[in-house]
Amino acid sequence: MTTATQPTYSEVTRDVVASMGRPGRGYYILLGFVLFVLAAGGVAFLYQIRYGLGMAGYQPPVMWAVYITDFVFWVGIAHCGTLISAILYLFRSAWRTAVYRTAEAMTVFAVMTAGLFPVIHLGRLWYAYWLFPYPNQRQLWPNFKSPLLWDVFAISTYFTVSTVFLIVGLVPDVAAVRDKVTGFRGKIYKLFALNWRGTDSQWRHYTKAYLFLAALATPLVLSVHSVVSWDFAVSIVPGWHTTIFAPYFVAGAIYSGLAMVVTLLVPLRTTLGLERYVHEEHFDNLGKLLLLTGSIVGYAYLVEYFIAWYSGSPYERESFYFRAFGDYWWATWTMIICNAFLSQLLWFPKIRRSIPMMFVLSLFINLGMWFERYVIIVISLSHEYEPFAMDHYTPTWVDWTITAGSFAWFFTWFLLFARNFPTVSLTEVKEIIPMQRKTTAHK
Amino acid sequence: MSVTPSGILAVYKHVDSASHAIRQLKEAGYKGFTVYTPVPNHEIAAAIGHPTSPVRLWTLLGGLFGCFSGFAITFWMSYDYPVVVGGKPLGSVPPYIVIAFEMTILFGGLATIMGLLFHTWREAKQTPYDPRCSDDHIGIFVPCPVERRPSVEQALKTAGAVEVRVE
Repeated sequence: MTTATQPTYSEVTRDVVASMGRPGRGYYILLGFVLFVLAAGGVAFLYQIRYGLGMAGYQPPVMWAVYITDFVFWVGIAHCGTLISAILYLFRSAWRTAVYRTAEAMTVFAVMTAGLFPVIHLGRLWYAYWLFPYPNQRQLWPNFKSPLLWDVFAISTYFTVSTVFLIVGLVPDVAAVRDKVTGFRGKIYKLFALNWRGTDSQWRHYTKAYLFLAALATPLVLSVHSVVSWDFAVSIVPGWHTTIFAPYFVAGAIYSGLAMVVTLLVPLRTTLGLERYVHEEHFDNLGKLLLLTGSIVGYAYLVEYFIAWYSGSPYERESFYFRAFGDYWWATWTMIICNAFLSQLLWFPKIRRSIPMMFVLSLFINLGMWFERYVIIVISLSHEYEPFAMDHYTPTWVDWTITAGSFAWFFTWFLLFARNFPTVSLTEVKEIIPMQRKTTAHK
Repeated sequence: MSVTPSGILAVYKHVDSASHAIRQLKEAGYKGFTVYTPVPNHEIAAAIGHPTSPVRLWTLLGGLFGCFSGFAITFWMSYDYPVVVGGKPLGSVPPYIVIAFEMTILFGGLATIMGLLFHTWREAKQTPYDPRCSDDHIGIFVPCPVERRPSVEQALKTAGAVEVRVE
């Protein structure tokens, strides 16, 4: 925050506490709408449980489709939150303070959404707990050589650590809110503040713990999407079996997550009156990160095609030709245009600093990144080795309703969070503003 | 508010005044005072001069425990009910590294939180608190017997406290 109108500490507290006040009618209408969509998703899910996965259009050879696409999409969305809250924290990047809470909450809710899909995707979902290693009557243990099991460990670790990280960051903020609000809400915040009073002893342990959590979350975030990419790369499906997948997926994950942060921040800053804290500079910086990760993704697309040709494998060549010019050409070109080309517009500072432009661009990137996963998963599976085993897959209304329901699930949590907790970390925003001094001379 | 121990609570608006007061208290031989700040501050931390937080040891031990248990469960479970998959050895190190890595992070993170909770709980004192300290003020509470109150009050006031009161 380098602008001349730097807020004072008490202004930060006042504005952030005010952002959690009684929301307007628009909030409740939006919440009602997402709850309705969530209910529709629930009905589609019950229908699928009753009649089986065939209702989702599953038939050989495409047995991984929209649900796994959604899973990878939501895990990817989560990644940017940890990038902003942990990696940029270690880099001592000051601009992150105003946006990190939104990004981190997004991480937790996105992982919660992603975690639904492996279960939705199971034919007999009531056996989902078999994935965890626990002593059982059958004396069987899970197969630790399977990337699907690595995923169980990676996603559950990611969910636990990012939730803990979010809660630890929230405690001093909730304490500040506790000291400002009265009545029943005050009592609730008092409970959640865990007796935080900002004493020297509390800060001493807190700052160290926060640093170590950030240091642990950094390799974790890179590992999680690498592990998700190995779900594909470790198999021998043409279009999946490649070593570029881990860095390609991590860059794509951060790219899509950054786009989702922009999508969330634009309406949030105006509806909660936080324009003073989240402004053009933040969008400019997010735009630069989008440009970097978008370029890595574009480069990965190029390398994928080059290696498919250079490998000399007819299956690889055919798979990639089919992607660009086969049944699903529209999905491939949506992905390439939205991700590789549109991100290049961000070279222009005018676009990066224009909030409406960034918002529109972020929607296209979200769309493009969803299709990237659809392209990788569905097209590769529908066109493997044997021509007689190739088939066309079309998503059904069940797929689309459950996908819409997952967005509703995510936004329900986010709306409830934004209503009740500070979406801008008042403690961290204060930290980058120098404390008042009696003498101007610094030590 | 009847709180033990009783003493003097001073509230400061300026960080340099507060750190000056802390240094003076230390020079006068006072120990066990509590400083409240809205954000962690280097100047205040340097004036107090705490040693490094032992939470780091919890992180290290938690991480090592996680790494060890990651390898332990994968190897033990593979040999406990031996099923050869894909012609690979029962104890295959490369895939197990992934599990061990994730468990290192998981236990490292959870141990850090336990360390944070343990040490802040152990050092917690029911000292008087001023709600302004979570907003933009700095508070210093000095527990002291009645006979020493005037001198402490004087020292805290001279350093530039906006309010000094007996709690």
